[in-house]
Parts: sequence; structure tokens; C-alpha cells
Amino acid sequence: MSIPERKLTTSNIYPMKSKKPIASYENIKKTYGDAEVLKGVDLNIAPGEKVALIGPSGSGKTTIIRMLMTLEQPDSGMIKVEGKPLWYKEVNGKLAPADEKHLREMRKNIGMVFQHFNLFPHMTILRNVTEAPVHVLGLSKEEAHRRAVDMLEKVGLGDKLDAYPSQLSGGQKQRVAIARAVVMQPKVMLFDEVTSALDPELVGEVLQVIKDLAKETDMAMILVTHEMDFARDVADRVIFLHDGKIEEEGTPKEIFENPKSERLRTFLSRFLKG
Amino acid sequence: MIAIIAGLGRVSKFTFIRKVSAVYVELFRGTSLLVQLFWVFFALPAFGIQFTAFLASVVALGLNYGAYGSEVVRSAILAIPKGQTEASIALNMTNFQRMRLVILPQAFRMMLPGFGNISIELLKGTSLVSLITLTDLTYKGLILQNANISYTMPVFTTLLIVYFIIALPLIFTAKKLEKRYAKGVANV
Ligand SMILES: Nc1ncnc2c1ncn2[C@@H]1O[C@H](COP(=O)(O)OP(=O)(O)OP(=O)(O)O)[C@@H](O)[C@H]1O
Ligand SMILES: [Mg+2]
Repeated sequence: MSIPERKLTTSNIYPMKSKKPIASYENIKKTYGDAEVLKGVDLNIAPGEKVALIGPSGSGKTTIIRMLMTLEQPDSGMIKVEGKPLWYKEVNGKLAPADEKHLREMRKNIGMVFQHFNLFPHMTILRNVTEAPVHVLGLSKEEAHRRAVDMLEKVGLGDKLDAYPSQLSGGQKQRVAIARAVVMQPKVMLFDEVTSALDPELVGEVLQVIKDLAKETDMAMILVTHEMDFARDVADRVIFLHDGKIEEEGTPKEIFENPKSERLRTFLSRFLKG
Repeated sequence: MIAIIAGLGRVSKFTFIRKVSAVYVELFRGTSLLVQLFWVFFALPAFGIQFTAFLASVVALGLNYGAYGSEVVRSAILAIPKGQTEASIALNMTNFQRMRLVILPQAFRMMLPGFGNISIELLKGTSLVSLITLTDLTYKGLILQNANISYTMPVFTTLLIVYFIIALPLIFTAKKLEKRYAKGVANV
């Protein structure tokens, strides 16, 4: 199948967008009950691009990234990863609903860090991080171990390998969760408000780990966050979501210093005051 | 074994498997063990399936407590937080890997108290078996009692104590297992 011509939107005329998007959303809609949560979202993510997703509670940020992780299915529209439909597979040039095999193939490209960590409580920290590389990627125990220790040292937890998650602080748990996702080497990493379940004094250490990671990795990242300073630091592009639609997007400078829409200004003023 | 298979069946994503295991569980939980015992031993031969008394009791007890056990398995699996499933999906595990590596090891820990209770119940259930001529403790007791009415109280008290003594190791093992698997749990 040939990849259809993409219409020119703000999201693909940005400097980095000369490359083909690693992930794209086309007119994505989603309704829960009688609440329309996403009302037609178009979004392209370039390889390696760091995108911050901001917006008021309930605007649909979580829903957008959960769809890319295949945890939620859009009602209509098309999500593509590396040009291939996420929720459809091609059978003789026609699109059929994706089966588990197709979804697993597509998920190789995507990783996610959750608000509530979701570590495996019955495994040590080390095993939390080696489990998927061994069983899913098929790495040897030694190779998985090497990768995991490497990554855990990078997030400052090299001395906690044999601890269980229940013995760690929230900030430490979240750093393990980041390590666990990164060792799978996805092309797009999703972060859903990864510091909002943490005590304020633990937020900094987690954000620092993500900032360092963002600098040295060529993974694309979509970061849902309420930390505006962090978004400004880490993102190439900031997207403001309001009421299920992209209200405004731009570089951090454009969004934070020169917001155009009234809604974005109102939204930002709440954070600047605080 | 039966309990785990039927319990997994109850949470299967295939409607058919879910229905079949639900029917099995309801059937065996809804009717008394005694009826099931009689069925297996006295009625099935009419269909050409002949069991020895011992085998009949094993089959009936197994099916009966398997049904109860499957409920323990099912509720333990359903009690595992959704975040565990989502994390497994995000790590691109297969459904089978998710069950084997993430869900069941955690669910197993929750099943232990339930299974402990069931094995004690099972032990007590063996008394019914006497009714299909297999001599067990209660049956022996009844014989003794018939021989001399005045023995009734002592005989049944002794019986109670004997059952309790047999159950003790089970109770201890269950408790010990629970402790061992409680390691590294708490909230995550
Ligand atoms: N599984 C679901 N069933 C029903 N409603 C849902 C479900 N998931 C999300 N919603 C609703 O959809 C809306 C958007 O949810 P979403 O989680 O995407 O918002 P959000 O922008 O991430 O908000 P927050 O900042 O509070 O996390 C909310 O009103 C939420 O209640
Ligand atoms: Mg959210």
C-alpha cells in the first residue's frame, strides 16, 4: 500500500517535520458514554521529537497517549506508526481490524511510563527491568542483566537491584518504571503525568532523569505534564489541548511567552500565579 | 488443578469458554456434594461408566471442590489492579506471558487463604464418602456408636478431635505459604 499524501498542517511544517512522522493521528475522535472526549485530533510526531502535551484536567491528554499504547481504541480516525495503521492490518490491500499479532508488532515501537508506576510488586527491581527484555525481546539473561544494571545506574538506583518495589520511595519507583520502559528501546516513549502522584520533594529527581534521558536519546517522547518549567526545558514543541481539540501549538517560546488564544492565556496564568 | 483451569476459564476473553466454566461452577456449587457423590457412584454406571468407590469419591470431591476453588482463583485474578495488565501490555508481553509472569504469581498469593479453607473443607467432605460404602472415620464411628448407644458422645468427640488433628498440618501449611508469599507486596 502506498502511503497517502499527508495534508499540510502546522504539525508537519515545523523544522523537524521534514522527516516522515514516527507516529501520526488523523482526525481522531473518542466518546465515553455521552461525553465526546476527543473531537478530531490531528497530530504528527517526528522521529526523536520531544512533544509536551498540556491542558486542563479532562481535556483528553491521557486518552491521546493511551491510544498510541493500544490501551484505548479510537472511535474514528486513523493512527499510524511509521506509516502503518495501528488499529488496522492490511489484508490484500484492504484494511481489517487489527488482531493481537498486529498490535504486538506495532507495540514494539511504543513504550509508556504511568502516573502510578505500575511496577510488578512480586519482583525485585532488577527483575522488573529484565523481565520483558528476556521474555519479549528474547535477550539472553546476561545481556538483559547488563542492560538493566546500566540503565538502573543511570537513574541512580544501582544500589537497589535486589530491593522490592514496596521498599522504595515514590520517586525511586518512578525511576525504576522509566528504566523498565527504556530498556525495551521503543521509538516513541509516552509519559503520563509521571510526577503527579509524587510528594513535591520527589518530583525534581524524576524530572531530572527524564531531562537527561531526553538529551541523550533519539527516542521520540510525548510528555503529558502539568509542570510548565519542565515542559519548557525538555520539549521541542508544546501542544495545548482544550476540550478534546488541539487549541494551540508551537515552540515552548511561542506557547509560554506569546500565547495567542485566550484559553491558553487563562490556562497558563493559573500556573504562573502559583 | 481443576480449580485453576476453571478459574482461568471464568476470566477468559472467549465467551464460550467463560460460559462453559460458569455452568460447571454453578452446577457443582449449586448442588450438594452428597447428591454428586451418589450420582457419580450410583447413577453413572447406568450410562456404562463404572467407578470403584474410591475413584468415585475422588472424582466427585475433585469436581466439587474444584468448582469452589475456581471461584477463589477467579476473584484473585480479578483483584489484581488494572495497572498491572496495562504495564504488561506496554512492555509488549503476550496475553500468556502476562498471565504467567505478572498476574498469576500475584493472584496465587491471594488464593492461598481461600485454598487453605478449601483443603480443610475437603478433608471434612470425606465424611460423606462413607455413604457410598467407602469406610472413613465417621463411618467407623457410626458403626461403633451403633454397637453401643452410650458411646455416642465420646465417639463423636473423638472424631471431632481426630479431624481437627488431621486438619492442623493443613492449617499450618496454609499460614506458612501465606507468609512466604507476602514478601515484597504491600502497595506499589
Ligand atoms: N475509560 C473511561 N470511561 C469513561 N470516561 C472516561 C474514561 N477515560 C477517560 N474518561 C473521561 O474522558 C475525559 C478525558 O479524560 P483524560 O484522562 O484523557 O483527560 P486528561 O486530559 O488526561 O485529564 P487529567 O489532567 O485529569 O489527567 C475525562 O472527562 C474522563 O472522565
Ligand atoms: Mg490524564
